[in-house]
Amino acid sequence: MDMKKQVPICEQDPKVRAKNFDEVCLGYTKEQAIAEATRCLECKNPLCVMGCPVSVPIPEFISKVKTGDFMDAFKIISECNTLPAICGRVCPQESQCEKKCVRGIKGESIAIGKLERFVADYAMEIGMRRPHSHEKNGKKVAVIGSGPSGLACAGDLVKYGYDVTIFEALHEAGGVLVYGIPEFRLPKEDVVKKEIAMLLHMGVKIETNTIIGKSVTIDQLFDEEGFDAVFIGSGAGLPKFMGIKGENANGVFSANEYLTRSNLMKAFDENSLTPIMRAKKVAVVGGGNVAMDAARTALRLGAETHIIYRRSEKELPARAEEVHHAKEEGVIFDILTNPTEILTDDDGWVKGIRCVKMELTEPDESGRRRPQKIEGSDFTIDVDMVIMSLGTSPNPLIASTTNGLDTNERQCIVADSISGHTSREGVFAGGDAVTGAATVILAMSAGRSAAVGIHDYLSSKERNS
Amino acid sequence: MYQILKTQKLADNIYSFVVKARRVAAKCLPGQFVIVRSDADAERIPLTICDYCREEGTITLVFQVVGAGTLRLSKMSEGNFMCDVAGPLGCASELCNTDIEKLKKMNILFVAGGVGTAPVFPQVKWLSNNGVDCDVIIGAKTKDLVILENEIRNYARNLYVTTDDGSYGSKGLVTNTLEDLVKNKGKKYDLCVAIGPMIMMKFVCLTTKALSIPTTVSLNPIMVDGTGMCGACRVTVDNKVKFACVDGPEFDGHLVDFDECMKRAQIYKTEEGRAYLREKEGDTHHGGCSYCGGEH
Repeated sequence: MDMKKQVPICEQDPKVRAKNFDEVCLGYTKEQAIAEATRCLECKNPLCVMGCPVSVPIPEFISKVKTGDFMDAFKIISECNTLPAICGRVCPQESQCEKKCVRGIKGESIAIGKLERFVADYAMEIGMRRPHSHEKNGKKVAVIGSGPSGLACAGDLVKYGYDVTIFEALHEAGGVLVYGIPEFRLPKEDVVKKEIAMLLHMGVKIETNTIIGKSVTIDQLFDEEGFDAVFIGSGAGLPKFMGIKGENANGVFSANEYLTRSNLMKAFDENSLTPIMRAKKVAVVGGGNVAMDAARTALRLGAETHIIYRRSEKELPARAEEVHHAKEEGVIFDILTNPTEILTDDDGWVKGIRCVKMELTEPDESGRRRPQKIEGSDFTIDVDMVIMSLGTSPNPLIASTTNGLDTNERQCIVADSISGHTSREGVFAGGDAVTGAATVILAMSAGRSAAVGIHDYLSSKERNS
Repeated sequence: MYQILKTQKLADNIYSFVVKARRVAAKCLPGQFVIVRSDADAERIPLTICDYCREEGTITLVFQVVGAGTLRLSKMSEGNFMCDVAGPLGCASELCNTDIEKLKKMNILFVAGGVGTAPVFPQVKWLSNNGVDCDVIIGAKTKDLVILENEIRNYARNLYVTTDDGSYGSKGLVTNTLEDLVKNKGKKYDLCVAIGPMIMMKFVCLTTKALSIPTTVSLNPIMVDGTGMCGACRVTVDNKVKFACVDGPEFDGHLVDFDECMKRAQIYKTEEGRAYLREKEGDTHHGGCSYCGGEH
């Protein structure tokens, strides 16, 4: 075995998976996981842990995998990570833990994410429950939103002994994990629902169909329903559009709408009552993970699919693995290209997208080279559907219905970077609602950190009363 | 789960359900809506709140069968549980945010078309309960499709019914009645609220614009989540893009791009038609039309 290289992982063949919604990555077998774990040097001063937003004791769990003590490995991960089966799949490990791996200096880093996934899947398969021995302390905390930050926050709060209720606006818990990330990257029944079931088992309550700010306000949660603290993890759900001509044409969708139809409403299944448009040729505008998800969904629904991105491939914000998978499956990348208009037929349906070619100039404030249009380079791509994936911003609903809750100019809730405490006493926030659209693991990390903030706040309040 | 306490067939394909929905009933105001799913496989359907009882924790939903989702909903009976009722969504009617004394000085006219009579009812009732009078025009294709007539009559100062075929009330369109009231009967209105099919709202707005009557419409475009997340419900109002679910559903009718709204309403017509057939014909659906993918 070449210790410089990762143990290869099995994936569905690109030609096959381009036509189905089953998970792309099939995961390690026990033998493969042990072999991969054996490559770990178990550094005394593990840099990988520093790269992890929730500081999972990586060498420790990997050493348990080495000896085949998978359940012990799971217990170690669970101490720090509430949703390991999900993080093992969707965390950008290549820019976090694996980036810092010492093995990575002279070869490939340890496949930490794949090992985490293996351990979590193993534990789920044998039906292992997370340890939970906690006494109730009689205090109630409301968690708004059941996405990564809310689930992580609730999972820790219930361990501290709080009576925790999660309020979810949609009919199903999971937030972006169920409406945003597709089945082929994150299976819903086998992974997301099981992770959430684990939280329910620990005593967390979830109330769906409840839109905070509409069904009930934060003030009412305190005054009428007896909650002692509130955590806002409502994410960044509002889609952005470009503001170009033709954007309201039939056949132009936000990535949010397209993915929600396919993921949450299962519209990819022909028997679903929720419709989804099936196009011949699709342009997805944007270069992030959500754009890759939308493009790979459109491809699976039978369309020739193009990613239109204004910078070069190097600047694509999506994870390298997602770009690689998308290419393998046949998504076409039109880089250094920017849309200027969506062309429509007489009945208002999309018939093409007008674009210009771009070139990169000096770096802008984000450190990336600024794209500039090349005059006279206009051209048209004939498409019958356009998906706008330009990022999202937080929903103003909660902030606008809660007295004394400060937001910044990007509509993000202002919160302490460690405790998550907002300008309103007893109200904490974290995840995309505070940072704007980011990653699952950063949201989880903020949720966990706010759980500590809430615990400190309520404990000191009790001491002082 | 949300129990259906009472079902009633108001007209051919139009149903009224009284549903237990504690949180919605406690907070909702006229003009708002809910999103429902009959069961765990169903699609999310936005429905107007036609009435509510805070004490009982119930809301009344009125809907017309237009696709597979509403067809399945219509087959539910008293005592059954709806899987999901989320809300109240959207902004309350602007009337609810207007000073009552100011409202009392205004002459308000409601124009209700077909199943659009359902969202008009709670506004008329709310005004009446606050001591404000108003006039109402109800328009329908034919007599059998006039709904909530008696309910509205209880709260309105004047009620005018008109049918396309003249089978009940006056014969003609709501715009004929509206023009007649203003031009021939000497009525003066300070505000018109028009709710009904898109084409009706468009023509009411053209009429009221000519008559210089400010007009509010309530839009019901395609939506998925109803909380501002999907953007399916975007409408152009005064050349700006708005989301009907969070910015509306009420807008200044004189500024709405109705032609775009009507085009956008067509997006899933084909898919909805196929799903409707599958749902209606169930196991007896044999395909053969080569469109719907029916494989039985």
